[in-house]
Parts: sequence; C-alpha cells; structure tokens
Amino acid sequence: MSDKPTSAKIETRDLDFYYGTARALKKVSIACPTNRVTAIIGPSGCGKSTFIRTLNRMNDVVPGTRLEGRILLDGQDIHDPDVDVVELRRRVGMVFQRPNPFPKSIFDNMAYGLRINGARNRRELEETIERSLRGAALWDEVKDRLDANAFALSGGQQQRLCIARALAVEPEVILFDEPCSAIDPVATARIEDLIQTLKSRYTVVIVTHNMQQAARVSDFTAFMMLGELVEFGATEKVFTNPGSRLTEDYITGRFG
Amino acid sequence: MKRATRKKIVQAAGFFLLRACLHLVLAVLLLFLYDIGRKGGGAISWEFLTQAPRKGMTAGGIFPAIVGTFLVTLTTAVLAVPLGMSAAIYLNEYARQTRLTRVIRLAIRNLSGVPSIVYGLFGVILFVNTMRFGTSVLSAGLTLGLMTLPWTITASEEALKTVPNSYREGALALGATKWQSIRTNVLPYAVPGMLTGTVLGLARAAGETAPILFTGVAFFLPYLPKSPGDQFMALPYHLYIMATQHHQIQQVRPLAYGTALVLIALVLGMNMTAVVIRFRLRKKRR
Repeated sequence: MSDKPTSAKIETRDLDFYYGTARALKKVSIACPTNRVTAIIGPSGCGKSTFIRTLNRMNDVVPGTRLEGRILLDGQDIHDPDVDVVELRRRVGMVFQRPNPFPKSIFDNMAYGLRINGARNRRELEETIERSLRGAALWDEVKDRLDANAFALSGGQQQRLCIARALAVEPEVILFDEPCSAIDPVATARIEDLIQTLKSRYTVVIVTHNMQQAARVSDFTAFMMLGELVEFGATEKVFTNPGSRLTEDYITGRFG
Repeated sequence: MKRATRKKIVQAAGFFLLRACLHLVLAVLLLFLYDIGRKGGGAISWEFLTQAPRKGMTAGGIFPAIVGTFLVTLTTAVLAVPLGMSAAIYLNEYARQTRLTRVIRLAIRNLSGVPSIVYGLFGVILFVNTMRFGTSVLSAGLTLGLMTLPWTITASEEALKTVPNSYREGALALGATKWQSIRTNVLPYAVPGMLTGTVLGLARAAGETAPILFTGVAFFLPYLPKSPGDQFMALPYHLYIMATQHHQIQQVRPLAYGTALVLIALVLGMNMTAVVIRFRLRKKRR
C-alpha cells in the first residue's frame, strides 16, 4: 500500500447535502489523492452513497435535493457555471451498485460512451474497446462473442463490463458505488484485483460496506456515520490505530 | 392435516372460479365472433370489398367506407402519435413532479373517460366551425385524434416508466446528455410499449361513430374523398345506417353483418399489428 500523500485529484470542502429538509451530509471534507484508492466506509444510511454521487453530480437528476459547499476536481469547482456537467461525467466515471449493462450486445455496450461522444470510426472503436476490455480483465472471456447480449454474462462479468465501459471513455476518476454488493465472492476478488491495477492510471473512489474490502483495496479510508465524516486517513492507520473510538468500534464489528 | 386439506380445497375452488370467469369471457367473445362470422361471412366477396354500394345500398360493396375509415384513422395517427409520444416523454422524463404536473396527469386521465359524443360535439365547434375545416376527413380525424391523445399519452408514459432508471443513470454517467440518454437508452426500450398502446388507441378510434357523426362522415357518397377537406364514408357509421336507418332493413341485413365483420377484422388486424410490433422489437433486443 502506498500511503504517501499526493495532491488531491478530487476533494470536497464542507459539503452539505439535503434530500428535501433531511440533511444527508454534514460538512464533509475529503480529499481523494491522485492515483490512489480512497475507500468510503460506514454503516447503512451514513451518506456514503450520497457522497460519492455528488462527485460526478449524479444527484443533480434526483428531484428535491440541495447541495452546499464545494467540490473541486483538479482545483476547479465542479459546480462552476462554466463546467459542463456532461464533460464532468465523462471525466469522472461511475460504476454502480448493481451491474447495469444496457440490453445491447457487449460491443454496443462498450461503444455506447464512445458513440455519444462522437466516435464513428469502426477501427478506432474496436481498438478502444479491446484496450478497455483488457483493462477490465474481461477481454479473454468475451473476445469471441462481442455480439452476444450483455445480459448473457454472469453478474461478475457484467460488473467488469460496466467497469470496462467506464474505462472506454477515458475518465480520470472512477467512482465505485458498492460495486461488489450484488456479486459472489470469487467475482468480488477479481474486481478487487482490478481496482488495484486501475489506480496506476486513474484516481479511484470506492464506497463499500465491507470493511475487509476497504482494507484490501484502498490506500486511504474515510469513515462516515450519520452524514458526518468521523475519520479520514491512510487505510493502514485507520484500521490498525484508529483515532476515534467510533471508528474502532465499527471496524472491530461492535456495530454496523 | 385436516387444516392443510381444507386450505388445499379452498385453493382449488379459488382457481376453479378464476378459470371459470376467464372461460366465460372467452365464450362470450367467441360466440359473438362466431355469430358475426356466420351471418356476415356470406356477404364477403371481392366485389363487396372493392365496389361502392349500389341500388340504394341494397347491393354492391363497402369500398368507400373502408377507404374513408382508413384515411380518417391515418389523420388521427398523424395528430395523436407524435403529439402523444412527445407529451409523454416530456411528462415522464423532463417535467418536475409538481402539483401542476399532477393536475395535468389527472386531467389527461379524466379526458380518456370523456364520452365520445362529447368529443364529437367539441370537434364540431372547434374544427368544423371555428377553424373552418368544414365537415371533412380533416375535422373528423382531428376530433378522433383529440379523443385518442389521452390514451396515447398514458400508454406511452407507462411504457417509459417500465424502462429501468439504471439505463438512464448508466448513460448519464458515461457523459451522455439527458436527451442522448433518452434517445439512445430509453426510447428504444419504451417504443414497443408506446406503439402497442398507440395502435390500440387508434383501433378504438377507427371503430368510433359518435365523434365523426357531425364532423365529416356522410350517409352516402358517390365518390371517394380526394382531399382532406372532403366528406367521407366510414365503416362504423355505414354499419349504423345499415342496421337501423335503412328503409329495407331485412334486405340489407347480410350486408350489415358483412360490414361488421370487416370492421372487426380491421380492428383485430390493428391489434394484431400491435402485438407483432411488440414481439419483433422485443426479440431484436434480446
């Protein structure tokens, strides 16, 4: 694990988030370093999914929500009027809790992000798709059936397809929102390995309710509870020498 | 043990009742179709389908009525399909869910329950008189279009609702604009349902009499409509005349049954088309 701090790729400052009048995030400040894996852990309902969905402004589409505070990507506020949310989402990719392949062929799933961004050249598409599928460790399993429907893949393969699909548009940050909660342990192990390899090229933020997973894959860990950031630091320190009693109780399994 | 047996008996009785209800409905429908088929089948001939009525409608065919119904339904579709689908897309995908949109939805639901004669009279005022389209294919088609619109909107919205939100979010997360996500990742999966609902609505419109009664249908025309401004003959109205208004009702009865058969075949055909469209598009997706 590399815990040397690098500059923050994406960070929040005093982030507040409301669903109607319910406050889901309270003054959360987390800086996710470049080319590192940052894990967000905490009990159900602590706001970790809400948090990660603010980073690519996915919550914009949820009616009745309100956000205060700042989110900086490479130092620029992502809510600046001159930031294009579409371009932001291209730069900050997302893999969801449940694998959500589109009901299209594997190839068309992979090409989706490229096509909406204007790619038409078949050869370039094929190259990018192969590179991305290799990047997601899925190429060997699907190279002979790119025309098969993505629904024919297993759950774990579907999730790696979703990762590959996100890689294809060449993001800088990849957000994982509990990516393994709907798949089996073997597939989970493969995805964890994958996340490890991804950090050489991308900045990774992962939400998980699985503490072992956070310990295994991440360089930095943020522990959240009831919408508040309780502790944030190098994963090794958070897990071996937590600074807060709450964190210790949580990671030793006394609640949650 | 005894209790388990009783539960089983209750369950078996329940199934029996439900199945009996289904069979009853089917039996009535089949009886109805059989009766019309038996009495109308004899009237069906190439001449019946391709000739105009002759000798005071006691002989000849119903070709002008078939053409009229086709043209009016086409006009209906031209109004109701794009407008209905667009309205549904706006309501389901773009509009914020406020009290206003709730009121609009309620209004649409209520409009689909308004009796067709009310649409007919409304069409007279709006299209025939105010907009001066006269009694014509256009006026009748637009009137039926208005009547079909609530159905089209509702069916289309329901179809859009069946598309999982994860398709929308997945597309957005890859850098799609909202419209891109709707066009490429929502509509393709909603269109079969939208079309099915729409065609069912059109089939209903094709069989309506009241809305076209004052807006364009004619008792008898020696010619086919040549422009949207012309009057027309239509199957449902022709059937109404043959069944109740003709001065030689006994003599034209077989022709009336034949007309009914053609009308039913037309509506069934449209419904079957809807099923086929749905099936084809579904299959393509898998």
